[in-house]
Amino acid sequence: MLAAEQVAEHAAEHVGWFLDHAFLIPLVPAVAFAIIILVGKRLPMKGSEVGVASIFASLVLAVGVAYQWIERSHTTVEPVIRKVVWWQSGGVEFSVGQHIDGLSVVMLLLVAFISTLVQIYSLEYLRGDRRYTHFFAALTLFSGGMLMMVLAENMVQLILGWEIMGLCSFMLIGHWWEEETNSRAALKAFWTVRVGDIGLLVGTGIVFFGASAFAQESGSNGFSIAAINEWALNDTSASRTVLLWGSVALFIACIGKSGQFPLHTWLPDAMAGPTPVSSLLHSSTMVVAGVFLVARLYPLFHTGLDINVAGQQFNLIAVIGGITIIIAAALAFVQTDIKKVLAYSTVSQLGYMMMGLGVGAFTPAVFHVFTHAFFKCCLFLCAGSVAHSGSHHSFEMKKDMGGLARKMPITAACWIISTLALCGVPFFSGFFSKDEIIDNAHHNGYTVFWIVGLVGAFMTTAYMTRATYLTFFGVARGAAAGVHHDDSHAVAHDVHDTHDVHDANDAHDAHAGPHESPALITVPLVILAVLALTAGYLNAAPFHLEKFTEWFATEGREPFPELAHATFEWVNAMPSIVLVAAGFIVSLFISRGLYGEKAFFLKGITKRSRPLRAGYTFLYNKYYLDALYENVIVRAVAYPISKATYWINQNVIDRTVDQVGLTGQSVGNWVYRNIDQRVVDGAVNGSGAAARGTGSALRPIQSGKVNQYGALLFGAAAIGALVLVIVNT
Amino acid sequence: MLINEFLLLGAVLFCIGIYGVIARKNAVMVLMAIELILNAVNLNLLAFALRNGSPDGHVFALYVIAVAAAEVGVGLGLVLLIYRNKRTIALDELSEMKG
Repeated sequence: MLAAEQVAEHAAEHVGWFLDHAFLIPLVPAVAFAIIILVGKRLPMKGSEVGVASIFASLVLAVGVAYQWIERSHTTVEPVIRKVVWWQSGGVEFSVGQHIDGLSVVMLLLVAFISTLVQIYSLEYLRGDRRYTHFFAALTLFSGGMLMMVLAENMVQLILGWEIMGLCSFMLIGHWWEEETNSRAALKAFWTVRVGDIGLLVGTGIVFFGASAFAQESGSNGFSIAAINEWALNDTSASRTVLLWGSVALFIACIGKSGQFPLHTWLPDAMAGPTPVSSLLHSSTMVVAGVFLVARLYPLFHTGLDINVAGQQFNLIAVIGGITIIIAAALAFVQTDIKKVLAYSTVSQLGYMMMGLGVGAFTPAVFHVFTHAFFKCCLFLCAGSVAHSGSHHSFEMKKDMGGLARKMPITAACWIISTLALCGVPFFSGFFSKDEIIDNAHHNGYTVFWIVGLVGAFMTTAYMTRATYLTFFGVARGAAAGVHHDDSHAVAHDVHDTHDVHDANDAHDAHAGPHESPALITVPLVILAVLALTAGYLNAAPFHLEKFTEWFATEGREPFPELAHATFEWVNAMPSIVLVAAGFIVSLFISRGLYGEKAFFLKGITKRSRPLRAGYTFLYNKYYLDALYENVIVRAVAYPISKATYWINQNVIDRTVDQVGLTGQSVGNWVYRNIDQRVVDGAVNGSGAAARGTGSALRPIQSGKVNQYGALLFGAAAIGALVLVIVNT
Repeated sequence: MLINEFLLLGAVLFCIGIYGVIARKNAVMVLMAIELILNAVNLNLLAFALRNGSPDGHVFALYVIAVAAAEVGVGLGLVLLIYRNKRTIALDELSEMKG
C-alpha cells in the first residue's frame, strides 16, 4: 500500500510542474476577463493590457506544457489527468479538471499563440472604438473558453467551454450592434449553433448512460473523456445502437459549431464582427471546436460510425465533410466581399478536416487544424490590414480594391504566402497537411472522397487566385484608388463607430490614399506568414520529418483505434499538384479577363448566358439555404407552433386558470358567509358578549367594601368546605 | 386526649374572628379579628400535631405566628397611611375599590 503510494507520488512528481498545472491556462484569461469588466475602463490602456498580458501568460504556460510534454513523450504518452469533484448529484460526481494529451497540448499552444497575435493586432485595429474595453474582455473570455474546452477532463466541462465560446462569439460578432445587419448576424450565429448544441446535450446524455457502467469499473463515470474513449474501443458488450446514436448526436453539434453543411450559413454572416474576431473565430477557436470534439472522442466516432471498416465507402463524417468542401468552395467564387471569400474558404477547409477524420486520416486532419490556423489567421488579418489602411474600411473587392500590392507590400507578401499555403502548393505548410488527407483518403479506399478532395483543391486555388487578383493586382478601384466616397460607409461592413476619433488618431487615413499598416498590424502578419511557410515542416512526409506525429499524435497509443497510413510518394501527390496549377492558370486567365481593363469575351457572361446566369444567381443566393431556413423551416415550424401555442394558451390554459379562479372565488364567498361570518365571528362575538354579561352580572359585588369582600370570601370558603365534606363522606 | 375540646375552642375562636372581620368597622379591630382567625388555625395545627405525635404541626404553627406578626405590621402600616390621607379608619367609608 505504502509502496504503491510512493510509486504514484513518484510518477506525479515526474510529470513536471507545467503539465500538472495546465488548468491554469484557461483560468488566467477567465480571471483577466473579470478584471477587465470590473476595472478595465479605469486602466491606462482601457483594459486591453490585461487581456494581452493574460493571453501572453497563457501562451507561456502552454509553451511550458508543450515542452514538458515533448520531454515526457520519449518515455510515456499516458495522458495527464487531474481532477477535483465539482459537485455531486444523485450519486454522480461531476468533476472538473484537465485531460492533457498530445491533442490538447497542440490545441493549447495553437489557441494561446493565435490569440496573443490577434490581441496585439486588435490594439491597433480597434483603437478608439466605442466598446474597446468590452471587446477585449469578450475576446479574452473567448480564448479562455476555447482553452477550457481543449483541456476538459469530462464532457460537462467541455460543454461549459463550448457554451462560453458560443456566448462570446455572439458578443463579438454583434460588437457593432447598432447596425441591424450585425445584430442579426450575431443572433443567427448564436441560434444556428444552438441548433447543433441540442445534439451535444443529447449525445452527451446518450454516451453517459451508455458508458457509465463500464466507466464505473475504473472509478470514473460516463462523462469522463478518457473513460468514454476506452469504453467505445474496448467494451465489446457496448450496444451498437448507443454508439451509433451517441456519435451521430455529437456530430450534429460539430456540424453546427464547425460550420459544416447544412448548418454552415452562420459562418459567412459572422463576418459582421470586427476582423480580428473573424480571424480568431476562423482559425483556432470556435469553428475548430467541432473538429476538436470529433478528434477528442475519435474512438467513439470511429466505432460508432464505422470509419475504416472494409467495404464501407461512406460514413457520416466523411460525407458531410466532402459535401462541405465542394459547396463552400463553389460559393466562394461569387463573393465580392473579401472576408466572405475567406469565410467560405474556412468552411471548405473545415470540410477537409472533417473528411480527413472521416476517412481515418487522424493525424493529417489534426495537423491540418494546426497549419490552417496560421495561414487562415494571417489571411484574415491581411484582409483587415487592407481594410484598415488600404480601402477605407470597405471589404468590397470589386468596388474598393485592386492594385494594392504596390501600396501595401508587406500585407500583399503575407497574403500571397498564406494563399499558397492554403492552396496546398508544394513546400508550403498546407501542402503537407491537406495532401496527406487527400492521400490517405485514396489509400484507405475512399475513392469518392479522394476525388472530392482533389476537386476541392482545384476550386480552392481558383477562388483564391480570383480574390488575390481582385485585391492586390489589376486596376485600383474606389477607395484603393484614393477615391473618398462617403456613401459607401453605410453599406461597408466594418465601419468604425467612432470614425471621427479614428481619423483624428490616424490623420493620414484614406485621404492620403492606401498605405502600409502600422507595425502593430504588420508584425503579427509577418510572424503568421513565416509560420504559414514553415509550420508544415513539423510533419513533412516527403522529407521524413515526423516530429508532429512523434510529439503530439495520440495515434497508435492506447486507447486509440488502429489506423492505416499512406506512405508518401510524389506520384500520389501529382494529381493535386497538377490540379492546383491548373486551377491557378484557369482562374488567373478568367479573372484577368473578367476584372481586367481589356475587353474580353467572358465579360458580362453571367448576364448574357441564361444557364450561367441561373448558376450565378443560385450561388449568389447561397443555394437558397438561408431562404429555406428562414422562410420555409422557421416559418413552417414557428408559425403553426406559435399559433397552436396561442390557441392552447387561450383555450386551455387560460380557461383552466379562469375556471380555477372562479371556483376559488365562489368557494371563498361561501366560506366567508358561512364559516367566517357565522362560526369564527360568532365564536369571537359570543365570547365577548358572554364576558360582558358576566361582567355586568358580577359588578354589584364589587362594592369596594372590604367587609363585604371578606364575607364573600368566607362564604365561599364555607361552601367549599361543605362541598368537601359532602364529597369525602 | 382533649382533642375535641381543642378543636372546639379553635372553631369558636375562628367564628369570633370571622364575625369580627365582617361586622367591625374599625380597621384595627378587623386586624385583631384576623389575628384571632390565625390563632384558631394554630390551635388546630397543634391539636392535630399532638394527636399524630409529629413535630410538623408545631413547627408550622411557629411559622404562622411569625407571618402573623409581619402581617400585623404591614396591616397597621396600611391603616396608618389610610388614616393620614382620609382622616378615618372606618372601613365602610373607604369604597375606592368599587368596580
